[in-house]
Amino acid sequence: MRLTVLYFAWLRERIGAPREDIETEAATVSDLVSDLSARSEGHALAFADLTSLRVALDQELTDFAASLEGVREVAFFPPMTGG
Amino acid sequence: MAVRVQAAAFDAGAEANGFAAGLAQAGALVTFTGLVRDNGGTLQAMEIEHYPGMTERAIAAMVAEAITRFSLEDALVIHRFGRLLAQEPIMMVATAARHRGDAFAAAEFLMDYLKSRAPFWKKEISAESADWVVARASDEDALARW
Repeated sequence: MRLTVLYFAWLRERIGAPREDIETEAATVSDLVSDLSARSEGHALAFADLTSLRVALDQELTDFAASLEGVREVAFFPPMTGG
Repeated sequence: MAVRVQAAAFDAGAEANGFAAGLAQAGALVTFTGLVRDNGGTLQAMEIEHYPGMTERAIAAMVAEAITRFSLEDALVIHRFGRLLAQEPIMMVATAARHRGDAFAAAEFLMDYLKSRAPFWKKEISAESADWVVARASDEDALARW
């Protein structure tokens, strides 16, 4: 399955790119994190502590156990600091 | 309902007047404007990053929730992104209801949700460093009261 993966804030800086288009067989967000972590040392470092990260699937906030079925866009980012 | 996510500066007074001019039945109008805070006088700029698309959707969903929950006549949210200077307005919320209790509560509700559920990230730039603002546990806890 083809996915667009987006990164924001310090996660984007640590990975060194705002987006990646990837091919993956991952069934859940957690599986995808394992796939991504294997791509480079920067990825592994960025995903080392999932408690400091949030994830959105097709622009809806969700959790790491969520299924990727039918999903096209996955975004990872630190806790939001709006307002 | 109006939600605007923009790089451009805005005039909070003019926005509040424009919002008020569209009201028919409200007895209360509450506005809140957030400014770029300079902790310690060393801030050169604040850079605000966001997630285009999700930002608008997330804010529209929280405004719709506020309108239902607090029986608002109308609500407005403006939030900026990009590079801002100290004391510049970052964002504003306006809520209009028949009575002030609902208008105040809705403004607080929207502020609490904007802090922790709208995909914005702030970076503070000073002469010595550039640091991402860390989300505070108290901001997350604030959602529990709703």
